[in-house]
Amino acid sequence: MEHSEILAKVQEIFRDVLDNETIELTPQTTANDVEDWDSLSHIQLIVAIEKAFKIKFTSKEILSWSNVSEMIESIASK
Amino acid sequence: MITFKELKRNLKKERSTFSTRKVALLGDIATQFLAVSIEGMGYERNYNIDLFEAEFNQVEQQVLDPTSDLHQFQADYTVVFQSAHKLLEKYNLMSPSLQAKLADDRLDFVKTLCNSLKGRIIYYNYPEIEDTVFGSYANKIASSFTYQVRKLNFELMNLAQENPNLFICDIAGLQNKFGRDVMFDSNIYVSTEMVLSLDALPYVASRTLDIICAVDGKFKKCLVLDLDNTMWGGIVGDDGWENIQVGHGLGIGVAFSEFQQWIKKLKNRGIIIAVCSKNDEDKARAPFEKNPEMVLKIDDIAVFIANWDNKADNIRIIQGILNIGFDSMVFLDDNPFERNMVRENVPDVTVPELPEDPSEYLEYLYSLNLFETASYSSADADRTLQYQVENQRASLLKSFTNEADFLKSLNMLSDVRGFTSFNIVRVAQLSQRSNQFNLRTVRYTEAEIEALGKDGNYANFSFTLSDKFGDNGLICVIILKKLDLETLFIETWLMSCRVLKRGMEDFALNTIVSYAKAHGYKRIVGEYLPTAKNQMVQEHYPKLGFLKIEGTASAQFELDVNNYEHKECYIQLNKEQ
Repeated sequence: MEHSEILAKVQEIFRDVLDNETIELTPQTTANDVEDWDSLSHIQLIVAIEKAFKIKFTSKEILSWSNVSEMIESIASK
Repeated sequence: MITFKELKRNLKKERSTFSTRKVALLGDIATQFLAVSIEGMGYERNYNIDLFEAEFNQVEQQVLDPTSDLHQFQADYTVVFQSAHKLLEKYNLMSPSLQAKLADDRLDFVKTLCNSLKGRIIYYNYPEIEDTVFGSYANKIASSFTYQVRKLNFELMNLAQENPNLFICDIAGLQNKFGRDVMFDSNIYVSTEMVLSLDALPYVASRTLDIICAVDGKFKKCLVLDLDNTMWGGIVGDDGWENIQVGHGLGIGVAFSEFQQWIKKLKNRGIIIAVCSKNDEDKARAPFEKNPEMVLKIDDIAVFIANWDNKADNIRIIQGILNIGFDSMVFLDDNPFERNMVRENVPDVTVPELPEDPSEYLEYLYSLNLFETASYSSADADRTLQYQVENQRASLLKSFTNEADFLKSLNMLSDVRGFTSFNIVRVAQLSQRSNQFNLRTVRYTEAEIEALGKDGNYANFSFTLSDKFGDNGLICVIILKKLDLETLFIETWLMSCRVLKRGMEDFALNTIVSYAKAHGYKRIVGEYLPTAKNQMVQEHYPKLGFLKIEGTASAQFELDVNNYEHKECYIQLNKEQ
């Protein structure tokens, strides 16, 4: 899957989980840029992404991302 | 099951019109998501959960320190989640010689918990973690973690039997159902210290709320059953009573036999079983009367309705005969059309979305935990019989033109007693079950009833009622608080709706006025606190001759003891006491 496709799908998941249709993700987006993307909703996002892409992140990955681009790299590598 | 995401959204919804329950949550792992789930599930059950979440890993401190935030909060329910994970960590760090004491050590703490907290305790039991240090041989080793966890879960059940305020929330049972790999996400645990997966949380919260609802008197009392392809395979009208699929032999009959066995167990524990079938009545009854493979017999069914009318109307008829709330009824039908029809027309009835394959009925229904209860007594088993007898009384009534003659013909006897070890279980249970004829809807635990029985500031009355058709058992409770030397306040007056229109109210009032006179009281004050369900007794006190007290915030009424005239009724006091 192309990175842009993954980004689009991840954006849909963010909008759904955070209940906010206005969220626009770019590779550079960080948690500080998105309202309600806190340590708790981060867990919800991870579980939702795991389900949508049928993958499992390692515990190291969950803690390592500093922006959306790194998250997408993890997904693409599965 | 509703998802965690939806539960979280419930927190943003308006909840202030719901009744509030104060719930404290203590955990030795991260509980933020569990807190969200419990509050969100509260919304689903029409509760406004006022939640106190203790600081992380402070279970012991909060419980043992009488000045702690937990004690200040005065919770109605304290949910305690001591995880199997932390227990395993504790076990791992113990010297091997002490490991055999792990369960006893934890049980001592739970006993302390019971003695330290007021209100109810909802304690999560321990989903097993098999560490395979001994393999299956752990079963032979008392100091193995497997042995200790199983012992702990077993002893928690015993402890709960001794402590009426201790309720075990069986999350070990949930893990048995869904499996450890669904219940627990290791990658999430390592980064967050959360031991329940997002998929498991709604189930855990649901089981927690099941207990709160049951204690509050919201539970299922009646199971209404369709017949063809629900209770047996095939169509009895087409196939004949001898050719339906039930029992070993024909088709998938074994699935229906096991399903019927489950329903029989529910009946034996006090759930009323009713039949609602589109059939000719004689054809529908034939399997129950003639087919030897049927587990359920005609005597197991309290109300049997088979006709060609629509099922919503028939369910209303069943509800009318049993005199229970629609929200205490469950309707099972294999036909999606009938299910939707009932959902749309009687929305308060619970209508599970039965799987297409009858072999899956049971496992699906197990997952719903529809029949949580907060009490059980042997009298529950007789409930079906009581409703059948009620039907006999109803047909006798039709043969009398005069109601007084009918009541006289019943030869009614009532046994009046205070609260004793023989009746506290039933008194507490009736206080939890009664919604309609209940003036103030105070719910009592067995421990509270026992304490009232010994409290000199109260006068307590329990009434039984029997007649020539049978014994209704304990059906009315009155608790009088001695406000001062002249005044008795009716803290509780509740009655089972099974005995309406027999003059029981008059008999009960005669009894308490006689008590008041004998002890020099001059007035009796009653109060009506409205709920969604007790409108039936809104005019209870005026009807009995009480006068409204003006200027009080709630509806209060008083009765002048000395000018009271004994009411005529046809119930005799049972003198053989």
